Amino acid sequence: MYWLRRGWAQLRTEVLVLPSRTLAALWVAGVLLLPLLYGDAYVLRIVTMTCIFAIFAASWDLLAGYTGQVNFGHALFFGAGAYTSALMSLKLGLSPWTTIWAGTAVAFFFGFVVGYLCLRLRGSYLSLATLAFPLIALGMLFAFPDFSGGELGVSGLRRLMVTPTGNYYVAAISMLVIVFGLWALADSKFGIVLHAIRDDEVAARASGINTLRYKLMVFAIAGAAAGFAGALFAHYLRVAGPSTLEVALSFQVVIWGVFGGLATIYGPVAAVFILYPLTEWLGSFRAFGELRLLIFAIIVLLVLLFMPRGLTPWVRDKIETQCPRCKQRNSFSRKLCRLCGAALKAEVPGAQRLVGHQ
Amino acid sequence: MYALLAIGFSLIFGVARIVNIAHTAFYMLAAYCFYTLLVKTGLGLVLSGLISVGAVTLFSVLCYRLVIEPVREHEAAVLIATIALALIFQELMLFTFGGHFLGIPSTLEGAVRVLGVSIPYQRLLILVVAAIMLAGVWFVLYRTRLGLAIRATANDLEVANLMGMNVHRVAMATVALSVALAAVAGVVVAPVFVVDPFMWLAPLVTMLAIVVLGGLGSLKGSLIGALIIGYVEAITVFAVPAGAYLKGAVALIIMVAVLLVRPEGLFGVAFEEER
Repeated sequence: MYWLRRGWAQLRTEVLVLPSRTLAALWVAGVLLLPLLYGDAYVLRIVTMTCIFAIFAASWDLLAGYTGQVNFGHALFFGAGAYTSALMSLKLGLSPWTTIWAGTAVAFFFGFVVGYLCLRLRGSYLSLATLAFPLIALGMLFAFPDFSGGELGVSGLRRLMVTPTGNYYVAAISMLVIVFGLWALADSKFGIVLHAIRDDEVAARASGINTLRYKLMVFAIAGAAAGFAGALFAHYLRVAGPSTLEVALSFQVVIWGVFGGLATIYGPVAAVFILYPLTEWLGSFRAFGELRLLIFAIIVLLVLLFMPRGLTPWVRDKIETQCPRCKQRNSFSRKLCRLCGAALKAEVPGAQRLVGHQ
Repeated sequence: MYALLAIGFSLIFGVARIVNIAHTAFYMLAAYCFYTLLVKTGLGLVLSGLISVGAVTLFSVLCYRLVIEPVREHEAAVLIATIALALIFQELMLFTFGGHFLGIPSTLEGAVRVLGVSIPYQRLLILVVAAIMLAGVWFVLYRTRLGLAIRATANDLEVANLMGMNVHRVAMATVALSVALAAVAGVVVAPVFVVDPFMWLAPLVTMLAIVVLGGLGSLKGSLIGALIIGYVEAITVFAVPAGAYLKGAVALIIMVAVLLVRPEGLFGVAFEEER
């Protein structure tokens, strides 16, 4: 009883005071309870895919948003995870539960290698150079069709679980764990260092930070998370094909990331949860079937025109205000700061805009 | 041909700091426009070519004003906007013309024999047009006031602005110029290749490889990069088994290798750290 009351108090004072936290909590509950409330196989399938892509998008954001290493070839890690896991479980007959970790490890290694190769590059050069890596891998795959299955890919994999609900929970829980893990990582000291590297690498190095090591680490971590997503994807669809390495997937993750808001982790996840089901839903109408990519692109364009910093920062600014004195965030309905009691509305018109976001 | 694309892309990046993913989509648009005018309405060869280049260029300026300019401040948003534009073009073409390949009858028949190798006139035309366009771009960039303004803006945007140049207008002129190059490439190439809505993806990657190899924002670098990548692709296809699959990979490996040694590309100017 005590723990229940304590938990409720925690919930009320820490989560429900802020609309964004309430939204996040609702979202977690929704993801976990969905199969119980609405067990339609088609919906479950879409949300499972959404969860897998959410891991992928969040890992890209750690690399691109926080560290500023805008990676155009993130599909490399996804594909590496998918192919490694698929080939190992098919050729060696191992259980998918072990090969997923092998895929993650290989993607970790790939992240390390790509990071090492790109250490000296910056800005647009880095983006364009990273675009090359998945295409090189794709060329290799097509050149050795006996091993990789060529255009058709590796198919006939076992699933992780037998029932759709089981598969859903595997994807959803690993998504929650990884997303919150990346979020915690990005909010820790490690994340602050990454911010510093993005904003001014020279200054960060001058402050005694080994920026090379941090960049390598973040490449490897993001690669591992993306590889995990790729391995899950391969075992969920039971096929690892060349589409996991395509330019389109790399661009897709960039779209998700920027649409949701860079350097937030939750932004890309929210974007995936909005955009992926939306495209599927649009595709379900016969009239829109051919036009769904068009509509998708137009929606992205319009949203960007009105909120160039991405969707979630815009929403967050609408529903919350930052206390000018103690920098804590407050619900939009409050007049005074919930912690220090300072007035939230600045007296000087326009001064609110001077209070920086993050 | 690749050189035309690469130089246009390089220009737009150098001056306006826009990584224009939609660049090759304009090339596709021009090819479609040319196809429609030539085959459907039966206009003359030169006329339809000129009209399509002009129309696509105007259209690009319109796109720039409507879509890119409002989000210029946010680099990432610009990037996504160009990707979205490219997707929109692709889908529109897919919707209007269908996904199948469209062939354009060769505009020039016959071939000439040079040193025992027969070269179709069409390919010769591409070569000549490319050479003329390159010379034209060189002339515009280095011998006119507009070129001076473009180069100054590429060098230092803020100072150029302070010197009284209308930086926005310069950026717009650059967009027009670079897209015109892409459109010309699309028009002359259309009869050799087939026209389909996905034709912008393959050249995009090659173009990026060339531009990065040669150095962003460098005209000479783009030209030499185009030569290197073009030859490497051709050699790989002939010399290596399964080379057709590997040609992109080998070209990109060369690009990565060059970047490892010279992070700013062969002829790139190392950009000052921008803060």
